[in-house]
Amino acid sequence: MNMIVTPASPATPNGTTRPQVRIVIVGHVDHGKSTLVGRLLHETGSLPDGKLEMLKAVSARRGMPFEWSFLLDALQTERDQGITIDTTQIRFRTNSRDIVLIDAPGHAEFLRNMITGASQADGAVLIIDALEGVRDQTRRHGYLLHLLGVKQVAIVVNKMDRVDFSAERFKEISDEISAHLNGLGVKPTAVIPISARDGDGVADRTDRIGWYKGPTVVEALDALEPARPLEALALRLPVQAIYKFDDRRILAGRIESGSLIAGDEIVIMPAGKIAKIKTVESWPVTPVAGRQGAGRSVGITLDRELFIERGDIIAHVSAAPRETRRLRARIFWLHDKPLAKGDQLLVRSGPKESRATVVEIEKAVDPGELSSVENKAIGRNHVGEIDISLSNPIATDPYTENPRTGRLVIEVSGRIAGGGLVLSVDAGQRAVPVDIVPVESALRPDERSARYQHNGAVVWLTGLPASGKSTLAKALERRLFSNGGSPVLLDGDTLRAGLNSDLGFSAADRSENIRRLAEVATHLARNGHIAIVAAVSPAREDRAAARRIADTAFREIHVATPAEVCEDRDPKGHYKKARAGALASFTGIGNDYEAPQAAELVIDTSTRNVADAVHEIEQMLKTTGVLFDEVVDLAANI
Amino acid sequence: MDHLDQLEAQSIYIFREAFARLKKIALLWSLGKDSNVMIWLARKAFFGRVPFPALHVDTGKKFPEMYRFRDHYGKEWELDLRVEPCPPIDAVDPTLPPAARSAARKTEGLKMALAKYGFDGLIAGIRRDEEATRAKERVFSPRGLEGNWDVRDQPPEFWDHFNASPPQGAHLRIHPILHWTEADIWAYTKRENIPIIPLYLAKDGKRYRSLGDQDITNPVASTASNIDEILIELEQTKVPERAGRALDHETEDAFERLRVAGYL
Repeated sequence: MNMIVTPASPATPNGTTRPQVRIVIVGHVDHGKSTLVGRLLHETGSLPDGKLEMLKAVSARRGMPFEWSFLLDALQTERDQGITIDTTQIRFRTNSRDIVLIDAPGHAEFLRNMITGASQADGAVLIIDALEGVRDQTRRHGYLLHLLGVKQVAIVVNKMDRVDFSAERFKEISDEISAHLNGLGVKPTAVIPISARDGDGVADRTDRIGWYKGPTVVEALDALEPARPLEALALRLPVQAIYKFDDRRILAGRIESGSLIAGDEIVIMPAGKIAKIKTVESWPVTPVAGRQGAGRSVGITLDRELFIERGDIIAHVSAAPRETRRLRARIFWLHDKPLAKGDQLLVRSGPKESRATVVEIEKAVDPGELSSVENKAIGRNHVGEIDISLSNPIATDPYTENPRTGRLVIEVSGRIAGGGLVLSVDAGQRAVPVDIVPVESALRPDERSARYQHNGAVVWLTGLPASGKSTLAKALERRLFSNGGSPVLLDGDTLRAGLNSDLGFSAADRSENIRRLAEVATHLARNGHIAIVAAVSPAREDRAAARRIADTAFREIHVATPAEVCEDRDPKGHYKKARAGALASFTGIGNDYEAPQAAELVIDTSTRNVADAVHEIEQMLKTTGVLFDEVVDLAANI
Repeated sequence: MDHLDQLEAQSIYIFREAFARLKKIALLWSLGKDSNVMIWLARKAFFGRVPFPALHVDTGKKFPEMYRFRDHYGKEWELDLRVEPCPPIDAVDPTLPPAARSAARKTEGLKMALAKYGFDGLIAGIRRDEEATRAKERVFSPRGLEGNWDVRDQPPEFWDHFNASPPQGAHLRIHPILHWTEADIWAYTKRENIPIIPLYLAKDGKRYRSLGDQDITNPVASTASNIDEILIELEQTKVPERAGRALDHETEDAFERLRVAGYL
């Protein structure tokens, strides 16, 4: 007997110092998974008192010979059908390990349960019926283990009693499955002939398998390694939430890899903003001083206020993940409806979610019958490689560089429909901020606001062409300047002549145009100026991105002059040209302008003169804390 | 990171996911050892506060020590405590065996509380090692409109990705300590110095391993009078944790029937 229940050692009464290994038992239905689990628990003395008697009684009541699998198939429905329909976790011990055993169901319909179990495992036992040999589901499970990144796989050839313990039959199966797994890059740690029902090969090498010299199942489990520590990899802290329960603004999340400590300089991706970790907060004692490593759920505060969202990834400046709107992934598909090119999905990468479109199905295969290759769509329980484009940029790593952040799942109608690994990342337009250390201004914000009598701001005028944005912007600029302020006009067309002259009018180029405008405007605002942006900026999402960049400095004004008035005015002759078909991608004709839903101010220049409108903007800037109303308020602001 | 650190970090992760992804959640506080650890973990997750209500679905049949504990720590931990009553026994399915029928009052009380507050998520302190049907649970487990659990149609959980979109009017059960064992709970209670109800400690050769209603819970033989002794006892015992819970032993599937109907 190899496996023992050790009595409590006084030093570790709770047994928490032994390495814990999570294993999953997978394989085709009826190949004997539950029986093996029942046998393992019995051999290790892990069954509670009375359980054996209960199983005997249950079996007898059903007029069946003794059945080990009833131990796990505890649900009534399972007993009636004689199959396992969901994952169960059971614990027992080998000589040197605490084993958490995940019993996964084999039926094809319940593959999602198998994945749920196997995605938590450090190692696996793949079971094969000696009589039936390698089946579709065996191959499918082998493939899934590979997809889920389970590298340690022990193969068990069960029911050897049914083939008279034939060494030849064993070798046949051993060769076939080893070839399959090797093809996937998975090397079996052992291939073991057993009879789970009778106990051969489980804890003991019996005479009946006297020709076999390798480890027993128990020895193979004892040799599995716990999950590899992730601390050696680059820091990845996906932000789960931002809490402001008191005067602290805490970014909360779990360190997926690497480690951090107060004082570290970090970058927040995908935005690329840089800050320092001020404190690592905790409870009941805070702050915590030591270095915090992978696996910890932490809370940190930063040395400056930045706009950060759930799903952003915190990394060290020198080793940030890549920002992308495009990635290639290998996925397993579980939904009834096959996944096809053009499908709209929701992709989750850690806490980050993004809408996505399937650009291409590169490969689609049924891992059960590797010969048949489809190419148009990925069917249920099949695998494939897909190219997806994301509507929001995300920060991620290829799984080969980081197994934790290189994972994603796909949601359809609020339910996980598939998941897989990031194969490659298209780094997007923005450079990775390697070694970029922003130099701060020599002046403090309050020095500037004392002189200008206002805070820095981005005043964003959006509206149809010819709605009056530039006219208002110029009048506002003149007015603020007359009062001693420091306004700067950023007209969309003017910037397109220089900074943005490389950009066209595709949706992506328009987004980038707005992003650059927002970045320049935000830089001015941070330095105490009022940046007045006049740009059509038709896409709501692009303006939302601009607001995220400028954060609390952002004020949006919708110049909501009716379309027909705009077209009537047509000072640049654009409407006329567009009507004549000579101006492609012109916003104003058609329905491509998305009006703001919650602008700080709405102005219709067809019913208001310029002076009144400017006055109204000034009032808004006062009430929202940009302009200082009185000297008294100025004092309060310094 | 030791084993308890890992369990703690995983539970905190689950708590924060639930709080971020659901609109209106509450934590079910049964006053027992598991739910006390759960509240402690919630306070860790949210830096000292529990930012959602703690719901006690009260059968009125708990031990006096449990009520005292609730009233004391409800205040000390600054919980937004909501005590919700259960309907009388004759309002419950008469075909259930007596103890199960008594326990089913809690399911009904839970449904009434759900209807009253409109929670879309209930955080519950069940553990896989307690009972075979609980072992089959997901971390984020969807319930039907009637609070029922469909074991045949549970959504997949890939790694730590949970499904968090219950249909309109339905809710999710969130299980932040599903992966803990009874021994883990005690080791952590000791390490963190979490208060416990004294009924768990042996007196006159008996102690409670699991606390339910007075009429359907029995103590087990034990001499463990502190947590260290409890841990040693757990290492050696083969008596299941819920041996003192009458409803588990009435019929083969009594507990499963209850859980499918919405029991914890």
